[in-house]
This record gives sequence, structure tokens and C-alpha cells, in this order.
Amino acid sequence: MLQVNNISKVFNPGTVNEVHALNEVSLNLPDGGFVCVLGTNGSGKSTLLNAVAGSFLVDSGKILVDDVDITRWPEHKRADFIGRVFQNPFTGTAPNMSIQENLALATRRGKSRGLGWGLPKNLIDEFKLRVTPLQMSLEDRLGNPIGKLSGGQRQALTLLMATWLKPKLLLLDEHTAALDPKTAAKVIELTEEVIRRDHITTLMVTHSMQQAVNLGNRVIMMHKGRIAYDFGEDEKRRMKVNDLLALFDELRRKDQIDNSVAELVAANYI
Amino acid sequence: MTLLLGSITIGLILAMLALGIFISFRIFDFPDITAEGSFTFGAAISAALIIAGVNPLLATLTSFVGGGLAGMVTGILHTCFKINSLLSGILVMTALYSVNLHTMGRSNLPLLSETTIFTWFDKLAVKFSGEGKLTMVLGWEVPAKDLWILLFCLIMVVMVSLLLWWFFRTRLGTAMRATGDNAQMIRALGVNTKLMIIAGVALSNAFIAVAGSLLAQYQGFADVQMGIGMLVWGLASVIIGEALISENSLGLVITGAVIGSVLFRLLVAIALRWGMNPIDLKLITALFVLLALILPGFMKNTKKIRLTSK
Ligand SMILES: Nc1ncnc2c1ncn2[C@@H]1O[C@H](COP(=O)(O)OP(=O)(O)O)[C@@H](O)[C@H]1O
Ligand SMILES: [Mg+2]
Repeated sequence: MLQVNNISKVFNPGTVNEVHALNEVSLNLPDGGFVCVLGTNGSGKSTLLNAVAGSFLVDSGKILVDDVDITRWPEHKRADFIGRVFQNPFTGTAPNMSIQENLALATRRGKSRGLGWGLPKNLIDEFKLRVTPLQMSLEDRLGNPIGKLSGGQRQALTLLMATWLKPKLLLLDEHTAALDPKTAAKVIELTEEVIRRDHITTLMVTHSMQQAVNLGNRVIMMHKGRIAYDFGEDEKRRMKVNDLLALFDELRRKDQIDNSVAELVAANYI
Repeated sequence: MTLLLGSITIGLILAMLALGIFISFRIFDFPDITAEGSFTFGAAISAALIIAGVNPLLATLTSFVGGGLAGMVTGILHTCFKINSLLSGILVMTALYSVNLHTMGRSNLPLLSETTIFTWFDKLAVKFSGEGKLTMVLGWEVPAKDLWILLFCLIMVVMVSLLLWWFFRTRLGTAMRATGDNAQMIRALGVNTKLMIIAGVALSNAFIAVAGSLLAQYQGFADVQMGIGMLVWGLASVIIGEALISENSLGLVITGAVIGSVLFRLLVAIALRWGMNPIDLKLITALFVLLALILPGFMKNTKKIRLTSK
């Protein structure tokens, strides 16, 4: 389904702020695969997702979806088959437009827009039907601006929007990180439900080891722009939160050693 | 009374300008100074064509296209070449100054002896009011022609407003509003935001050019300086409109911009009548907009108005 071959990305090349955010990352995702992506802050998780979504073009390497090379495709064209939910609840919705207008925009993802009426009556009825199961009592407030809703409500709606038309690939970037634990649990539940129902191939970045253990059929852990660990279905089944925490600490210690070595080198030789 | 009719008519003509500014500033959040150039561009195109004997309606439509092209250039500079929106507008506005002079051949083109859209109303006035060409309005005698022109402008502005209200509620128009509201979100839903911005800025300047064209035909000349200060003028109209309406639905905001334009023109006419020096007009307009921007509560949402469709 998704093939990422040796992609690299350097931000601000040639400046003091140069960051090698991705270093020859490769990842193969079969149809229906559900991967949890873990990693320390700044390890390149978001950058990986953004590279696949086309927020920027990669410096080298190739990205293929169903054997079609999309490496040079612009973001909006990739949206034909990619659904996204972002970490920041503000990113995924148009705050000054109503809930129903936001949803209506999502019903045309990857389709031509044209001069047809943006918000036909039958669509509103359908929105009511599909918003009710979220149990957030949004069904009677479809005309309200979405910006007035809580982060959790927005993320639930963004998820609904991203999956309204079944995407080939769903990209979730810490989409529960900004929510309180109870709301986060609810959004995760909705996420799991829709992925299972529609068999959506998913790449989910998470900061929660628990989520990584519970969800999906594969876990990768990123470090310094590379995939440091990759656990398949069998390994994942035996995996415990503590195992992941231990690996995480190990990577973090490596980081510290790297830094102290760098300081030592700097102190001695520069 | 004639003065009042004239002020309302100009207010309605400049409502086209206000609607253009509304599109760029409010829907796209794009501070587009191209307006100053495209307003004159519209006047220049129409004046030159009318003097060349072209049908005035066709000349006005050509101004619409010309303004659209100017806006398109600004949009392309901004989206494709990543030039800051303000600078893109300044570049095109500056370039248009030369283009306008070329279009007109000199800095001022009189149209008083030409057939414009508005001279057509002379015939209508004769037909309906006879040779005397006077009509009673609220006990006042006014030239019937002025009344017909006012009616024409009113119908035109109402139709354009309805058209915009409809357009911004179509699927395409909704995508455009979303582009101004949250570009990242709508890109993730498959919309080419660059294209939306280019089209939106083009549409905005097309209407602004029509305002310029109609004003030139109404006042009987096109002048290369006539666009100066028009951006702030249009903004003042939009701001007054927003202050007038309490609810920020699309239909009301469009109506507000039109009413704001007429009201602002009336205010200016009254101030001039009371002895305000015309030289101070632009200073006072700018101060007015500044006040509206910094006074809390005058505009409910300084940054952006909510556009739920109702
Ligand atoms: N658009 C950008 N411009 C510059 N640097 C960036 C950009 N996006 C990410 N980075 C940098 O790349 C590195 C990886 O970031 P990111 O992928 O966001 O990490 P995370 O794993 O926490 O999601 C970080 O050092 C970050 O500062
Ligand atoms: Mg991140």
C-alpha cells in the first residue's frame, strides 16, 4: 500500500538551524496495516507523516502509494486518498465556519467542487445521523461555528471528516495529545472503531505507550530522524508498556551520551 | 435633494469597491493594495474603449476582465513566487500606474461628450417624464434622469450582492471561504489553496475595476489618480457595515458592506457640506479606519468576522 523508500529531509540547510529531520527512512505498509509511531520529541515523527502527506517535498527518496509514485505530488492532490488528523485541534477545522459546513467540505475530499449548493438539505440530515453516535450532543448545534467547540469535540469531528470518504491511508499525528485523559480515551475509541470498520491503513503517532501497546499491529520507534526499532505483529502481541518504556529510556540515555560526548569533544579540541 | 441622490448613487457605485475589498480582506484575509491600481485600471479601460466608440456595457465588462487579470497577477506573485501579500499588491499597483497611463494615453480622459451607460438614462427620463425631465420625490423636484440612474445602480448592486451570496455558498465558494479561514485544513481536504487565492484576488479586483469604470462614467472622466486612497475607503465601508450588523452571517455581512458604502459616502458629503476641506478627506478617512481598528468593541471581531452561512 504505502512504500517509503530512503526518504531524507533537511530543514534550513546551510544555516545554524540546520536539522536533519529524516535520514533515509524506509517503511513498507501493507493494505490494512495499522502502525503506531513512537519516539522522543523532535525525533521526526511529525516530519515523517508530513512527508507522506506532502506538506513539503522530500530532498531524496521515493514515496509510493499503491505503486504510484507520489513523491512530487502537491499536498492537495495527495488528499484524494489521504485523511489526516493533526495534533492541534485548531489545525483540522475551519473555526469561523459552522460544523455542518466543515463536514460538507469533507464530503468532497478529492472530488471536484463546482457550483453545486454547498450544503444541501439531505446532507444535513446525514450529518445528524453520523454525528449522533459521537455522543457529544452536536446534532442540534450543526449550525454553530466549529471554533466554539472544545478540543475533544473538534478532534472527533476532524476524525469524522478525515474518514467521511474512506481514505486509502489515515495519518494521525498525536491527535489526542492536547486532550484531557477522558476525552482522549473517547477519541481513541472512535479512532479504533472507524479503522476496524473500514479497514483503513493507518499511521498513528502517539506519545502514549499504552496506546501503542493496545492499538494496531505494528510499532515503530523513531530516533534522530531514523526508525530505531520496528516491531511486527508477533512481537507486538507479547509487548508490554514497560518494555517500550525501557527502550525509550535507552534511546534517551543515548541522546544524553551523545550530547555529553559532543561537549567533551568541544571542550578538549575546540 | 439632488446632492443626496448623487451621494447615494456614488455610494452604490463604490459598494462594488466595498464588495471587492470584502472578498480580499475578509474572506481571504489578504490585504490587497492592488485595489488602488485596479480601480483606476477599470476606469482607464472603459474610458479608452468608450472614446473609441465601443458599447459602454461592453466597455464595463472589459474592465471587469481587466481588473480580474490584475488581481490574478497579484495572486500568482503571492502564491507561486511566495512574495508577501502586501508587497505583491504594491508591485502590481505600481506597475498598473504605467499601464493605466498607456491605456488612457494621458493622465485624464473626459467622457462628458461620450455615450456612457448613464447617458442612456436621458432617453428613459424623456420617455417617462417628458421633456421637462423632472419628477417629484417627497415633495422635491429632482431630475428624472438622476432617479433612474439611482434605481439602476441599486438594482445592479442588489443583483451583484445576491450573486456573491449565492457563490460563496456553493461548494467552490465554501472552499474559498475555508481557504481564508484555515488553509492547512482545506488543503488536507484536497483543495488547491493557491488556485483559490488567485481566483479570489482576481474576483475581488474585477469588482473593484467595475467600480472604477462606473465612477468614471458617472462623473464624466477617468483620471490616473482616481484610485488613490480607494483601499482605505472600501475598508471604511466594510467596517461601518460590520458595526451596523450584530450577527455575522454571510448575507448580512454583504448587505452591511453595501449599506456601509452608501452611509460613508453620505457622511462624507455632509462633512464637505459643513465646510470640511476636501484636502483633508483622505486624512480623515484614514483616521476613521484607524479608530475603528484600535477602539475595542467598535468592531466586534477586529481580526475576522464569522461567516456562518445564513
Ligand atoms: N517546518 C520545519 N522547519 C524547520 N524545522 C522543522 C520543521 N518541522 C520540523 N522541524 C524540526 O525537525 C525535527 C523533527 O521534528 P518533528 O518531526 O516535528 O518531531 P516529532 O517527532 O516531535 O514530531 C525537530 O528538530 C524540528 O524542530
Ligand atoms: Mg510531532
